[in-house]
Amino acid sequence: MALLTEEQVMLKDAAKGWVGERSPVSALRKLRDTDVDVAFDKAAWAEMGQMGWTGVIVPEAHGGSEFGYRSLGLVLEETGRTLVNSPLITTALFAASALTRGGSAAQKDAWLGKIAEAGAVIAPALDEQAHHHPARVALTAKKDGAGYVLDGKKVFVLDAMAADAFIVSARTSGQSGEEAGVTLFLVPADTAGIARTRLKTADSRGAGDVTFTGVKVSADAVLGAVDQGFGLLESVLDRTRAGLAAEMLGQASQAFEITLDYLKTRTQFGQLIGTFQALQHRAAKMFTELEMTRSCVEAALDAIDSNANDVRALCSLAKAKASETVHLVSNEMVQMHGGIGMTDAHDAGLYMKRARTSEALFGSASFHRDRYATLMGF
Amino acid sequence: MSDLEAFRSETRAWLEANYPPSLNEPMAEDDAPWGGRNYRPSNPDAKLWLERMGAKGWTAPMWPTQYSGGGLSADENRVLTQELTRIKARPALMSFGVWMLGPVLLEYANEEQKQKFLPPIVRGEIRWCQGYSEPGAGSDLAGLQTRCEDQGDHYLINGQKVWTSYADQADWIFCLVRTDTSKKHEGISFLLFDMKTPGVEARPIKLISGSSPFCETFFDNVKVPKDQLVGKLNGGWDIAKRLLQYERQNISAGGFGGGAGLEIEEAAKQFVGIEAGKLADTDLRTRIAAHKMDAKAFALTVRRAEAESKASRGPSAATSIIKYAAAKLNQDKCELMVEAMGTQGLGWEGEGFDPEGLKATRAWLRSKGNSIEGGTSEVNLNVVAKRVLGLLDHQ
Repeated sequence: MALLTEEQVMLKDAAKGWVGERSPVSALRKLRDTDVDVAFDKAAWAEMGQMGWTGVIVPEAHGGSEFGYRSLGLVLEETGRTLVNSPLITTALFAASALTRGGSAAQKDAWLGKIAEAGAVIAPALDEQAHHHPARVALTAKKDGAGYVLDGKKVFVLDAMAADAFIVSARTSGQSGEEAGVTLFLVPADTAGIARTRLKTADSRGAGDVTFTGVKVSADAVLGAVDQGFGLLESVLDRTRAGLAAEMLGQASQAFEITLDYLKTRTQFGQLIGTFQALQHRAAKMFTELEMTRSCVEAALDAIDSNANDVRALCSLAKAKASETVHLVSNEMVQMHGGIGMTDAHDAGLYMKRARTSEALFGSASFHRDRYATLMGF
Repeated sequence: MSDLEAFRSETRAWLEANYPPSLNEPMAEDDAPWGGRNYRPSNPDAKLWLERMGAKGWTAPMWPTQYSGGGLSADENRVLTQELTRIKARPALMSFGVWMLGPVLLEYANEEQKQKFLPPIVRGEIRWCQGYSEPGAGSDLAGLQTRCEDQGDHYLINGQKVWTSYADQADWIFCLVRTDTSKKHEGISFLLFDMKTPGVEARPIKLISGSSPFCETFFDNVKVPKDQLVGKLNGGWDIAKRLLQYERQNISAGGFGGGAGLEIEEAAKQFVGIEAGKLADTDLRTRIAAHKMDAKAFALTVRRAEAESKASRGPSAATSIIKYAAAKLNQDKCELMVEAMGTQGLGWEGEGFDPEGLKATRAWLRSKGNSIEGGTSEVNLNVVAKRVLGLLDHQ
């Protein structure tokens, strides 16, 4: 397990400092209470670009720092701590990874530089139903002369309303549920026939449903290989799962620390409630789960950076453990705070709502347990 | 060639010349290399292996050579471990002396005691047992009552210990005794004595698994020479706690044994069957997957704790949770194994059950002790809550 380099420690400290000063939980609360389509602070996003956060995994040739997934994970852990709304997951992680791994020279030239300077938002448009299932793609891409026509609907697309482009999984052959016949397309959001509807989600992270009706794209909109997009998609999804797991580790760690502080300040029966063994043991168990989760997240990100052969299993492990842990900790946060934890004025509810969204995105714990068992051969 | 690579090739050559080939066969139960005066393995090569490794000090590779240890650096020790693993060598010595007593003697004993006690531990000549728990002092260990009275030229011990591992087979005991009844923690001393001393009696306790690894140990006017007190009179609690750290560290390094050799998913495939490429019992499949993921997370955490401890030269926060997590994990594993085997996991002995199934039954029963021995899980959670999380005692 790789320990952090000096540069990584600096990046982590810088992220911690910025998040505390520039984007505490009150920033999310403010966004939530302002009725706007774009659910993040554009000025803050621009600052993330200036600090180099959006280009951490972008190659140097395209203006990034090529600093690796573990490094991006350090930033995400810190932004997770205060529930920062930003397109880091969709754009700086998923899209940067997809373009770097599968993009054509023209696509890389057009988009990677913009990502590195926070000049574009690119949203993955993948799922078509309430549960993550990357092979269940019914949205069709039919051959039309030299190009394709896209028809279908994608749901719960993160950053849909802010997106300048979508990375869309489409079916070019075969049946929904089959891995073969899936093709990825990179489509500018202003292409004729694309309609988006804003979703007001419980956690106030920006999302929308996106409908494609007779959307004509040229052949060079294909990202990767025709009919063979699933392998690329899965490898990019795994990188996204590991990065999201780092963000969830940050969410869970902060929720735990806030709760631990409360146990040390709240008095009942003339005692600090943190002296009650019933609560102490639950706190110690949460700490145990957090430590386990941290090991999985770091191992998954390190495996990606070192191109290890167990990336898939480790990314499923990281996402599943992070989901279980943030679920446990966010529930305990509400329970241990008692009545105050039920009020909107307290942050506990925000952590719990964000936790559930993060748990569902890119595969729930049960999705990843199933995948892990399959990868292990049973 | 670097010094380390030179050490590796020397080690490899030495092992080739000295590891008895007959030890590649499966280990019989009485071959288990606990050493001591009573060690008579059915394969005499097990004893030869112990003698050869002991003579090199490689049974305690990092102890100083002046006490017959191997004097190896951490890097050399890692190479030795790798080379032993490479040839799948049996352990030369399993020893409470090496794992627990030796490290505290190196820290707390006087020079004369180190010279006297450490070399026989390295050579596996003296087998030690641990006199800690008492009928009235389990989790609350510092409540121990075994009396130790100063009789001028010797100490006189009266009392009873319980859960003394292998006391009926051990040669000497390291024992916590009460030397001051007016104080609790500050009235405890750390004493060493021979189990053959008149007045010592060990009676095995039969466990639910059918085996008897533990004893009740009685002391009736046992006379102990005064130079066998380690550290200061009434200063034994610090030594006792330090020794417990080594005990828990040892558990975390090795995890809990006791599992059958078979992997759970293999047992499940055999006894539950496969449908459409997946285990036929989908609920069991999910629970096995969850367990395997927890096991992987645990292994990654042990590795991370080691790397962080090494880098910071102190225990990582992750270290504190390892005993608790290891116990739970092994219990989950044993439960799942028995469940996966169905009725084949419920045999006690005899015909009609295969050996793996019988092993699984015993391992499952034995594993119930994992969350009790070496500090109960509840005590371990108390320790995490207080020392790591900074939560206070209830008033």
